[in-house]
Amino acid sequence: MPLSNHYRIIGLLLTMVALGISFIASLKFGLTHINWDTLIDAWQSNHPNKEELIVQNTRIPRALIATCVGVSLGMAGALMQGLTRNPLASPGIFGINAGAALFVVVASSIFSVHSYVTFTWIAFLGAAISGGLVYLLSSFGKEGLTPLKLTLAGAALTAFFTTLTQGILVSDEGTLDQILFWLAGSIVGRDLDALLYLLPFFAISWICTLFLGRAMTTLTIGENVAKGLGQKTGWVKAIAALCIILLAGGSVAIAGPIGLVGLIIPHIARFLVGSDYRWLLPYCAFLGATFLLLADIGGRYLIMPGGPLTELLVEAGARTTSDEVPVGVITALIGVPFFITIARRSISD
Amino acid sequence: MKNTRSRLRNRSLFGQFHPPTFLIFLTLFFLCGGIMIVSVGLGEMKIPPLQAGLALLGMGNPSDEVIIYTLRLPRLLMALLVGASLAASGAILQGVMRNPLSSPDIIGITGGASVVTIFFIAFLPQVATSWLPIASFVGGSITALLIYSLAWKKGASPLRILLIGVGLNAAANGLTTLLLILSPLYSANEAMVWLTGSVYSSSWNSVLTFLPWALSLLALSYFFSRHLNAQQMGDEIATGIGQSVQWYRLITILVSIGLASSAVAFSGPIAFVGLMAPHIARMITGPSFGRLLPIASLIGALIVMCADLIARTAFSPLDLPAGLFTAVLGAPFLIFLLYRSGSKT
Repeated sequence: MPLSNHYRIIGLLLTMVALGISFIASLKFGLTHINWDTLIDAWQSNHPNKEELIVQNTRIPRALIATCVGVSLGMAGALMQGLTRNPLASPGIFGINAGAALFVVVASSIFSVHSYVTFTWIAFLGAAISGGLVYLLSSFGKEGLTPLKLTLAGAALTAFFTTLTQGILVSDEGTLDQILFWLAGSIVGRDLDALLYLLPFFAISWICTLFLGRAMTTLTIGENVAKGLGQKTGWVKAIAALCIILLAGGSVAIAGPIGLVGLIIPHIARFLVGSDYRWLLPYCAFLGATFLLLADIGGRYLIMPGGPLTELLVEAGARTTSDEVPVGVITALIGVPFFITIARRSISD
Repeated sequence: MKNTRSRLRNRSLFGQFHPPTFLIFLTLFFLCGGIMIVSVGLGEMKIPPLQAGLALLGMGNPSDEVIIYTLRLPRLLMALLVGASLAASGAILQGVMRNPLSSPDIIGITGGASVVTIFFIAFLPQVATSWLPIASFVGGSITALLIYSLAWKKGASPLRILLIGVGLNAAANGLTTLLLILSPLYSANEAMVWLTGSVYSSSWNSVLTFLPWALSLLALSYFFSRHLNAQQMGDEIATGIGQSVQWYRLITILVSIGLASSAVAFSGPIAFVGLMAPHIARMITGPSFGRLLPIASLIGALIVMCADLIARTAFSPLDLPAGLFTAVLGAPFLIFLLYRSGSKT
């Protein structure tokens, strides 16, 4: 789809506007009603009332984390799909999410680690090990990395990591309650400090990723082409892999394993701007953040007390203990139809 | 005379009579028996194998008999049935899909069965446990139906079935998490134990409910094994022999779903058994399904019984889910499989 840069810039501005609107919506909408005045006052109020306190302590950290994680997952997915030249690659499918989650659970449950600084590094380690393992396993053989082998290797290792995680949680009831929500992929009740610690890592990888745009476009045409044009493909791949680990691992450290965002977003972005990575990557960043913010708002309303679904469940005899759905559940349910469409297209008889 | 006899042999339950396979079958059978005797003897109250064996036959110490009959034996029998069902289910799927990595847990059938079972356990506790296998089967079938229809594009190619199964498994996991968070009656910990796959809550009641399902479905799968041989050669050959490919594929898949989902109803999704057991069996017997299915079922039963024995005794007093140990066993196996399938092509 040849597009002039003119349209691409307008499109990019539109995605930025969408991100801004969803960010504000994420501050405003939820169980506690916040009106516009409160929202504006909360910015500078030193003696906040209850609503302003909710905005300052809950909604703002939550929206910021959703934005950062969404940007990171969108970019990580685009990098992975480019690097493996495989339309199904993404942190969730690759087993990176499940691997990083297992490492974090092991650390918190067996080694009683509770500082987010350590969690972050452990999540990076888990992401690196599981991603490397799946890559290695699925590139055995002559035909190399086919979508099928990648998906199966990823699914199988995900099953393995998940079972281990559940097993550890089962033997240690104390951590289960705190960790169950995190394990489903959630950005509720996160500390802003954890995000601030992660932010430099995220920022460095965002910038590196954007600089990789040109090299990635050449690389996706073909490795030989890239080499012929004088690109040091080894370096490009290594830096891209490092960025993926920081982006995906960091996301798991702060928000748990949120699946399928990294898979869907690059496809939507590619549909909008084509496969030039210089444009694709920023689109992925803004679209990813918008998507995660909206999914999070959806999760707040789905089983909100008094909502239609909750009424139905109460009539069926359920007493729900939680009043919102973790965002990871929402992205999984929205993402699967996309996955199926892509899977159908990627295998032709 | 000789001719008639060989023809008669051909019609025997295990297809062609094959002395080495029969020996292996016997060996595995006695191995299962041995594990049973050791397993009923181990636990917090240790009973020496000889006395355990006597107690099993009803000739032992009365107090031993109480422990063995009320606590350990139902659990052990459940492990045996679950293992055999999962293994047979995996063997059928691998044959039909012609892919060494397909198994009910990877393509989402156990995932779908889990969703419906957890829904019943959490929201409709008044429903009797004897309905659980049916609920679970409905869940497994809906998933399979979705996989099949979504993979349809002038015929359902096995590769597309696999990929779409993986996708639906992700959706099933999302729904399970949602139900866990919504469920008030079931404490999250209990649900976790079930999800990891454990036979710890088995009683005679559940064993007797599961028994007819497991036996009839296993018998059906042996009955259909002839068609599976043709299926794994590929669509053209199977059609050439005169099989209606899509029709038999559907029936055999249904049997496989039944096996996997009834097992899931009682033990939760015990991971990797459906993947491992058929491969080990194939290394021993070769690809013919008449021999493969019984051997695979026995190996599956052995794996789950051993895993449960370890899970129950190794970290005593902790009673861990058996699924944890089948996963630990399954991962290296999987790496080996991927390596081998890669180096072949």
